[in-house]
Amino acid sequence: MKTNPFKFTFWKAVAILTLAAGAAATWLRVTGGLGASTNLTDATPWGLWVAFDILCGVGLAAGGFTMAAIVHIFHIKRFEPMLRPAILTAFLGYLLVIVGLMFDLGRPFSVWHAIIMWNPNSVMFEVAWCVMLYTTVLAMEFAPVVLERFRLFKLVRIMGRVSIVFIILGVLLSTLHQSSLGSLFLIVPGKMYGLWYSAYLPAFFYVSAIAAGCAMVIFESYLSSRAFGRGLEMHLLQEIGRVCVMVLGVYLVMKVVDLASRDMFGLLLLPRKETAFYWAELVVGVIAPMLWLGRAKVRANYHGLFAGAVMVVVGFVFNRLNVATTALERSAGVAYVPKWSELAITMSIVTVGFIAFALAARYLPIFTDEHGHAREEESVVPVAWVEDAGDARRQAPKRGDHGILVAK
Amino acid sequence: MKAKALLIDITQCVGCNNCQAACKEANRQPDTVENRLTPTAYTALQEYEGGVYVRRMCQHCKEPTCASVCPVGAFTKTAEGPVLYDESKCIGCRYCIQACPFQVPRYEWSSNNPRVRKCRLCAERVAAGQPTACAEACPTGATKFGDRDELLKEAYERIRNNPTGYVHRVYGVTEVGGTSVLYLSAVPFEKLGFKTQVETTPLPALTANAMEKIPGVVTVGTALLYGIYWITNRREEVARAEGGPAVLRDKLTRGSDDHDGHIGHGK
Repeated sequence: MKTNPFKFTFWKAVAILTLAAGAAATWLRVTGGLGASTNLTDATPWGLWVAFDILCGVGLAAGGFTMAAIVHIFHIKRFEPMLRPAILTAFLGYLLVIVGLMFDLGRPFSVWHAIIMWNPNSVMFEVAWCVMLYTTVLAMEFAPVVLERFRLFKLVRIMGRVSIVFIILGVLLSTLHQSSLGSLFLIVPGKMYGLWYSAYLPAFFYVSAIAAGCAMVIFESYLSSRAFGRGLEMHLLQEIGRVCVMVLGVYLVMKVVDLASRDMFGLLLLPRKETAFYWAELVVGVIAPMLWLGRAKVRANYHGLFAGAVMVVVGFVFNRLNVATTALERSAGVAYVPKWSELAITMSIVTVGFIAFALAARYLPIFTDEHGHAREEESVVPVAWVEDAGDARRQAPKRGDHGILVAK
Repeated sequence: MKAKALLIDITQCVGCNNCQAACKEANRQPDTVENRLTPTAYTALQEYEGGVYVRRMCQHCKEPTCASVCPVGAFTKTAEGPVLYDESKCIGCRYCIQACPFQVPRYEWSSNNPRVRKCRLCAERVAAGQPTACAEACPTGATKFGDRDELLKEAYERIRNNPTGYVHRVYGVTEVGGTSVLYLSAVPFEKLGFKTQVETTPLPALTANAMEKIPGVVTVGTALLYGIYWITNRREEVARAEGGPAVLRDKLTRGSDDHDGHIGHGK
């Protein structure tokens, strides 16, 4: 594999600049505290780091548990090639959420308090435990990839026997965690703008995370295929795209029913900042991708699929930013706009995520054939789509064949 | 000990600011006049039209939202009324600031080891049977310290005795389930920056409802997921043993995928 993770030096330059700005911002955070490094105030105590680094970081990792459930619990084995990249994204996502948390917490070195000082009534307590437990579970789910790399197949087999425990734990923890991030905001009925505040926030967070998880699987497949010149499992991605549309449909219906039951339709037309932001997240992240990805023709085109996935991800990010900041501004009486240093650190975390994904994809057996066997490092021969176990695993590549082409 | 409280009669406040001075002394804070809550002003007077002064401070809710949301239990409600904050536990998540329905807690934003700052209702003094520093310093009786029940009775009596001098409402009786700071006013509370739309039930119930569902999600979820796993796994085993339909069906579905097109876009 000689391919460069960043095909263009342009992206390298962007990465270096971003990380340099991030380093400067980190210095500001470490020396001057939150006051010097953020635009947070007592009126707006949560900003970009909570809204993006944590809420979005966790949400975009939802591909991990979704794919794990599809492959290992529902045994829809044909999705196996998508599993490892999804688990990797989730694992990296959670590790980076922890990094983001260390920036955002006022007393980061006390973060371990949550282990021994319990307040089980607190949603934040649940969030803390979910982060700890699910990161551990993801490490266990990801461990076989590393073990395979070092050819410790005996350990891989042992882990394989107990893996279902981790898979089930992972799905449960994710379910709890994705929804509990929504539950965080149940406590502010008087502060949150009517378009967003709902008793069903946990359900909204959960369902939208699944849609975003699907979109992220498409997103990362597309980008890694470009970066590594590997094939796209188009038939699988198309299916995921279709699932994504269905999940978005469920989400949209829930949203409409919720607004109707709370008698909030009037807010949809008020000439206000909130109205515009609400429509933006709904149109960009839900309605447009539903119309776009709803057409089989669009899904069959991998640029089309990618564009749809980007819409869903952007809309999802928009939603989380809105819930955590926009929705609370009116009651706070002040508008919050992140400081450059907040942006720099957030962008640096994203950059580190891309770099880590690229490195892992390059040096670890992340992309597998459909039986979950790692592509051999040295193999020049593309792995073709083969039938069941026992048959010849590798066949000569044929263009237009239904194989995953793994190029050297 | 009976639950204590403060009764703040806005009509009697002359804006002398003795309460803040006494508060700052009791809490060993710099002796400067501040007209809004800050990390160094646990109480502050805000002036409204017509020489109306309103004391802002922690309301010491009966069921404090801050205490319910804090992941590490840094907030506690004492039997006498004060809601206390323990900085040695705090991790700095600021959920308390986000969640407080009265927007009271202040944060030491400029510090590198920031603490949450707010009124402590002079917990040590109260525990020793003394009034709070602010109540003791108030020259007009606008702030009165005592048993919550009795102060409430007195508040209603003042309204009854002077029905045109007060709005007929005691703020703090039902707000988020009741607070340990009660207000009387001649001007409608909403005109004085009070949050009059807050819920009348304690907020912690809102998240408690969601949290209660967790054990159910875990048990039902485990059973359901394992059940599905067991069934699909079993089906596969049987199919493998028989070399039968499942494998065949698998082949067929894969066959039909042929036309969907796979873009092998290797070099």
